[in-house]
Amino acid sequence: MSNFFSDNTSLKFHLEHPLMKRIAELKEEKYTQREQFDTAPVNFEDAIDSYEQVLDIIGEISAQVLFANAESVDLEGPKVVNGEVIYARGTQENHQSLVDAGVYGIALPRQYGGLNFPIVPYVMAAEIVSRGDAGFSNIWGLQDCAETIYEYASNELKDKYLPLINQGFTCSMDLTEPEAGSDLQAVQLKATHDEANNCWRLNGVKRFITNGDADIKLVLARSEEDSKDARGLSLFLYDRKDKAVTVRRIEHKLGIKGSPTCELVFNNAPAQLIGDERFGLIRYVMGLMNSARLGVGAQSVGISEAAYREALKYAHEREQFGKPIIQFPAVLELLGNMKAKLDAMRSMLYETSRFVDMQKLYEDIARKRTLTPEERTELKQYQRLADAFTPMLKLMASEYSNQITYDAIQIHGGTGYMQDFPVERMYRDARITSIYEGTSQLQVVAAIRSVSSGIYLNRIKEYENQTISDDLQPLKMQLLDMTSRHEQICQTAKDFNNSELYDLLARRLVETAANIIFGYLLLIDATRCDCFVHSAHIFIQLANSQNREKEEFIKTITIEKMEKYKVYLAES
Amino acid sequence: MSLKIVVLAKQVPDTRNVGKDAMKEDGTVNRSVLPAIFNPDDLNALEMALQIKSQSEGATLTVITMGPMRAADIIKEALFRGADNGFLLTDSKFAGSDTLATSYALSKAVAKCEPDIIFCGVQAIDGDTAQVGPQIAEKLNIPQITYAEEIINFDNNTIQIKRRLEHGTEIVETKLPVLISVHSSAKPCRSRHAKLLMRFKHAATKSQLATLKPEFQALHTQNPQLTIGEWNVNDVQADVERLGLGGSPTKVKKIDSVVLTQKESKKFTSCDGDIEQMVTELMESKVIG
Repeated sequence: MSNFFSDNTSLKFHLEHPLMKRIAELKEEKYTQREQFDTAPVNFEDAIDSYEQVLDIIGEISAQVLFANAESVDLEGPKVVNGEVIYARGTQENHQSLVDAGVYGIALPRQYGGLNFPIVPYVMAAEIVSRGDAGFSNIWGLQDCAETIYEYASNELKDKYLPLINQGFTCSMDLTEPEAGSDLQAVQLKATHDEANNCWRLNGVKRFITNGDADIKLVLARSEEDSKDARGLSLFLYDRKDKAVTVRRIEHKLGIKGSPTCELVFNNAPAQLIGDERFGLIRYVMGLMNSARLGVGAQSVGISEAAYREALKYAHEREQFGKPIIQFPAVLELLGNMKAKLDAMRSMLYETSRFVDMQKLYEDIARKRTLTPEERTELKQYQRLADAFTPMLKLMASEYSNQITYDAIQIHGGTGYMQDFPVERMYRDARITSIYEGTSQLQVVAAIRSVSSGIYLNRIKEYENQTISDDLQPLKMQLLDMTSRHEQICQTAKDFNNSELYDLLARRLVETAANIIFGYLLLIDATRCDCFVHSAHIFIQLANSQNREKEEFIKTITIEKMEKYKVYLAES
Repeated sequence: MSLKIVVLAKQVPDTRNVGKDAMKEDGTVNRSVLPAIFNPDDLNALEMALQIKSQSEGATLTVITMGPMRAADIIKEALFRGADNGFLLTDSKFAGSDTLATSYALSKAVAKCEPDIIFCGVQAIDGDTAQVGPQIAEKLNIPQITYAEEIINFDNNTIQIKRRLEHGTEIVETKLPVLISVHSSAKPCRSRHAKLLMRFKHAATKSQLATLKPEFQALHTQNPQLTIGEWNVNDVQADVERLGLGGSPTKVKKIDSVVLTQKESKKFTSCDGDIEQMVTELMESKVIG
């Protein structure tokens, strides 16, 4: 029987990372929860075993239900009937299967009916679900919203809503509006306080809302009249039972068709404030967005895994000119690059997840007691790393998933362009990953700060000090060379002393840093397990040549050349 | 009185993906190379039992399996899906039992539980006899419904079942107690539940306890629910004469190991002419048509 966890040894490898021992110990409060909950592990071995066995359940459902339904869900899609969303038949079955297996609320504490898993196995589950059906992974992944409720909402709201997550109540995060996409400061949905009923009232329109007819909604709205910026926005919880939000339409999309993208009308909808007024965007949504970006990272890896496997299988089966096409160097190179990118992005996904885990674990402890100075230092360190790595992951993984699905179709040739093979769907599904939860261009805006502040470089220096096996030393030498070249182009870009030109070069600077970081992650993985040696070689070969190209661009650009782009300002 | 449900399940070698080492030279099954799994029909039976349990407040679901110690895994699998407890019927005196002796042993174990409904799969994929379920019903002197596909109606006294027959279906009704053998066309079994899995993953029989690490043994002291019941011949008050090889009138006289002699395969390409030729040949040889 197929299983998307047990058939992929890379997952077990990342779950066994040395830092997991500390992560699990912190999450399980030194394994003291068993007294209260008979599902809690008694030690590290027990905890990892629980993660693996639950991921095995998710792997089974993803392979046997989600993947099996993906084609029909893509064709059927959701519908709007009387202002409500009806999921495709397959989507309903997917959701029910995962509810019946008890795998919603994975990261929530046990007291709220959750499984109390750290972020690493939770993200792993998201990767596996995405491999089954990327569109469905949005509906499943919106359980992220529970995290925001847990971190910022009142105890009353937590007690009322969090236990519903494990029972299968779905969530949505309602941020975007017709005039507020990337620029969320422009949100206009109006929130007014209704003193008589001790609630807030929401009025207005939201657009492009994933799973817009969810049971529990987090809604960003303008609570401060006459305000114009981010500081006038607050976050609210809306309960579907109040029946005051209408789904006006569902978008017809290129991909992820099973995931309903809704336009919503709020008709004096009652809602509860989450946390404090005016912190909606600047604090709560920023946290939510970071989780969502990690989720898109997982989604990108899941789609890529699926596409790579389809391509590999087809390249072995398909014969042309009297032999399987995998025997042609041009096809082999495509497959090698796909696998190298896949291994690199997955390593980055779990490195980032571990940083997020450490950050969130310390933040959670800080809610219960004062942190020691050492703990505070460590929290800050992981917070910085999580902030730096999340946009880099989102940028690179989403772009790779587009490249990998593109190449997967290429290997299939004309057949891959038809709907007869799943790569056609995967290619369409991948396209959104570099757009939503912040476009690639916006990830660069976030990531370039960590180039300028030297956070990436510091981390690279730390990787340099880690043990790398002897036979991989030549690759390390190459990364050392790439690092000094990266430092040089960063200096060159800075020396132009022109902020417009720096913005233009930012993506190249972030990507050269990413190539080095990914390279080191693969070297460290290859030192722990031989199975990553090939990918390390192929990736660093590719990354080096890409960095040279970017370096050449930066070395030869001038402010005058940049001005040439401005001619398009006048054209229309 | 709350409803008592018993599910009979068997651990079997996975004969669905048989490789070249599946049979030993003497023609018997080489169990060591085949993974041990939950007999597929018994999973359908477990699902039907869980549905009944969810319809009847306070109902308890007990799983009984007969086999060697490792067959306790089957009971754990059932606990992960919602069974309340389980018993492993294990004793060297059971070894070599045919269907008559097996059904005798199981009927003694079932009788101890005094169930209202007994579910089992129609047949096991290793023996494929479909005899054990009906024989148990006979020995307990209760009605049986074989080839069950779906529960049409259920109250705490009667049950209405749709049976899957060769050329159609029929709906039958009986009073409880009853034994129901469930067909593979019935609803597939639900997956393991994450929380039940974590609750019961350290479940073990008394004899297995010693093999667990001390920290997991300690869990059994705190939570007796984790200890899977273990019954031997004496526990179920069975007559040894009627068990094992001695109690089994069925004797295997001879086993032929069939080796396919046709070595050459025929290759058809995906062009229209080849496909047409292949279809014609298949129709001529009555494989399709």
